[in-house]
Amino acid sequence: MCIGFPGKIISIDKDNYAIIDISGTKREVCLDIVDEPVQIGDYVITHAGFAIHKIDVELAREKLAMLKELIENEIY
Amino acid sequence: MKYIDEYRDPALVQGLLTKIRKSVGRINHPVTIMEICGSHTCAIGRFGIKKMLPDNINLVSGPGCPVCVTSARDVDIALYLASQENVIFATFGDMLRVPGSNGNSLQKQRAEGCDVRIVSSADECIDLAQNFPQKEIILMGIGFETTTPTVAVTVEICRKRGIKNFSVFSVHKIVPPAIHALITDPGLNIDGFLCPGHVSTMIGSNAYSMIPAASCAAVITGFEPVDILEGIWMILTQIGNKKFEVAIQYSRGVKPEGNLLAMKLIESVFKTETVEWRGIGLITESGLVFRKAYAAYDTLAKFTVPDIKSLELKGCGCGDILRGIKSPDQCALFRKVCTPQNPIGPCMVSSEGSCSTYYKYY
Ligand code: SF4
Repeated sequence: MCIGFPGKIISIDKDNYAIIDISGTKREVCLDIVDEPVQIGDYVITHAGFAIHKIDVELAREKLAMLKELIENEIY
Repeated sequence: MKYIDEYRDPALVQGLLTKIRKSVGRINHPVTIMEICGSHTCAIGRFGIKKMLPDNINLVSGPGCPVCVTSARDVDIALYLASQENVIFATFGDMLRVPGSNGNSLQKQRAEGCDVRIVSSADECIDLAQNFPQKEIILMGIGFETTTPTVAVTVEICRKRGIKNFSVFSVHKIVPPAIHALITDPGLNIDGFLCPGHVSTMIGSNAYSMIPAASCAAVITGFEPVDILEGIWMILTQIGNKKFEVAIQYSRGVKPEGNLLAMKLIESVFKTETVEWRGIGLITESGLVFRKAYAAYDTLAKFTVPDIKSLELKGCGCGDILRGIKSPDQCALFRKVCTPQNPIGPCMVSSEGSCSTYYKYY
């Protein structure tokens, strides 16, 4: 039940609801419980009609690159 | 980046499997890893993770499906509430087919004329309340820390807008006390936990400090194949080094401190209470009930529920399955009597229940 989906914010209305794009599917979500300021273009994780987390894009990219490197170089 | 496909990359999956094989080779005993979250159980089944892993890694499922752990009594109360006059009973879909003590379910009652509606988010109840002012909208408030803030904020919105015909039957539960119960269960011997991703988005990593304190590995993990395999690898690394901590694999979804805003919302509307988990029994301070100040939104304060004699389902092994002691195929009813079309217990009803996942993928 705790399933969540990452999506990109396309628009935000005056009631603090956003339209987000989840791999091509558009959904409306409430932004009332994200704990950081968000704007159009940001990625958020959504759950049951609410955005619950703003994805730190840089951090995600770095982590993935690091993992790739670890695997390619067999550091461990 | 779409934050999905990148985490299904076959090259990364293969690389991680090599790492896992190496790591487990350095540990000279079989390793049991529990995934607590139902969404993990589902993903592990869907992506065929178990078949990829070496034989000496044993993945077991825990009590992380909120529908599955809802007690027979709470299901019976829901059925009673849904049958009341002038009530619209709103619920997340998975709850619909869970059988109560009398064999009824919300679905059957709906067929008999009760107004039961499926919502996919709590705030849909706001529209229902405004569109049907003469009715009481009751939301079955079910879920862990991921979902509860969405219910709490819905209550807050209703309060601000002066909406009075909405209430929540709260059977919300919190995860850390259940983990504590699992760690101290002498029947279980778990070496590491894949901690739930989205519960952790809310509660952060500190909430799991009891796991390393019990010399167990803990890794907060995401839901794609690369996430799960990296989580398993990180657990093996902790076991191999005998250095236990709460690590975050799913850093794109979880901050160490969690979502403080969401936790404050839960805290302001609800307080903890000792409640029953199906098959597990009472767990201290593991349920969330309304604070006095929010009694106007508490279904149990608005309705008088008679004493219902609730019965556990006969022959259903959900209890042992939810504690990770048995796997679904060890239940005598599995596949023979109990199927997704004719579910006997909640673990077969819920799409994230261990039994229905097993039925689909193994
Ligand atoms: S297979 Fe059916 S009866 Fe057996 S434990 Fe699972 S839900 Fe219960």
